[in-house]
Amino acid sequence: MTYQFHFAALLPYWPQFAQGCWLTLRLSAIAVAIGLAVGLLTVMAKRSTIAPLRWAAESYIEVIRNTPFLVQVLFIFFGLPPLGVSLSPNVAAVLALSLNLGAFSAEIIRTGIESVPRGQFEAGAALGLSPLQTFRYIVLKPALRIIYPSLAGQFVMLLLTTSIVSSISAEELTSVAQNVDSSTFRSFEVYIVTALLYLTMSTIFATVFKAIDRVCFSYPDK
Amino acid sequence: MIRDFTLTEFWVITAGLWATLLLSALAFVCGGIGGLGVALARTAPIKGLRLAAGVFIDFFQGTPMLLQLFLVFYGLPVLGIKVNVWVAAAFALTLHAGAFLGEIWRGGIQAVPLGQTEAAEALGLDYWTRMRHVVLPQALRMSFAPTVGFLVQLIKGTSLAAIIGFVELSRSGQLVSSITYKPLLAFGLVAVCYFAICYPLSRYSAQLERRLAVTR
Repeated sequence: MTYQFHFAALLPYWPQFAQGCWLTLRLSAIAVAIGLAVGLLTVMAKRSTIAPLRWAAESYIEVIRNTPFLVQVLFIFFGLPPLGVSLSPNVAAVLALSLNLGAFSAEIIRTGIESVPRGQFEAGAALGLSPLQTFRYIVLKPALRIIYPSLAGQFVMLLLTTSIVSSISAEELTSVAQNVDSSTFRSFEVYIVTALLYLTMSTIFATVFKAIDRVCFSYPDK
Repeated sequence: MIRDFTLTEFWVITAGLWATLLLSALAFVCGGIGGLGVALARTAPIKGLRLAAGVFIDFFQGTPMLLQLFLVFYGLPVLGIKVNVWVAAAFALTLHAGAFLGEIWRGGIQAVPLGQTEAAEALGLDYWTRMRHVVLPQALRMSFAPTVGFLVQLIKGTSLAAIIGFVELSRSGQLVSSITYKPLLAFGLVAVCYFAICYPLSRYSAQLERRLAVTR
């Protein structure tokens, strides 16, 4: 093996890498906020009494879950302009990520709500609580406790998925890395550093989410 | 020159579909063999092995699949191995599948009651016989549903090989989209192909999960 590693060549680019991390985190945060809202609405639609709404929610979930994220991004970025909707790469990226998270989180939230026994809703009603109060004081916490680990895992997954929007040149860590690569020609070093940055971010978030889980949901079962 | 969407374009996408299926199968089989090794290492009685398998799994679960592809694509030439995109994509996806399947099957192995291992030990079975005839058959059956679930994830993941220039389903969609300038039709068709493969598998996985939940 005659290859000489030159990580030093990347040192002058650290502000770009830092900026890339920040852009990735910001993109993920925005997508999580919108995606969760979309997920909640989808669950409501899926549990509604209006059949077409249920079908629409069901189709949305299945289409998103059974096609690759790359195709979803390309479809939104290249497929919508002919229909008269032109989006900038960054907006298309946020839209694609939110729609993707919406479908996955809807399934997670639904299992959480369905895990709470019917009797709990009825008990709330028997105590004279309104449906909203029943939800807030009886259903919410045990449901959250059940969905929290999967939801947290989904957020970390989203953080890693954001790398794919570099393919439509939206701004985040991987597209920054590609720029650094094309000006330094140290591809292997650039992508080692980038992978380690992602690993660091995802590990920090996984640890923080686990700590929150311990603090908030570690009360005994019965 | 902009071309029409003809039978030729349709065949380009069909060829891409074929490449996607082949790449997925290759990565799943090779990754399955690797994953078995990872799962055994992760549950091995030797601490060093457990640690190494843990680091391997954490790396592949904690970094984007796209970066894993880049690392193999730019890293293999560094090790003096000439790569074409087939080798790079298949190797990267194999490593990825190995880590994820290893973690799924580790869960399966640890879910087999300890008494089974102890009984096998009491019968005088050595490690390999015990694993082969007692623990693994039960572990793999328990992890069958998540394994099928991961297969769906892997098939969708093969689309990322398009970014390093591997012409599979997604890349052929991009090509057709840019020569016909009908992105809706091209990407729509590509999405339908993926859906047609993944949806039945997802349904099957969910059904397996329910069946297992009932028998437990």
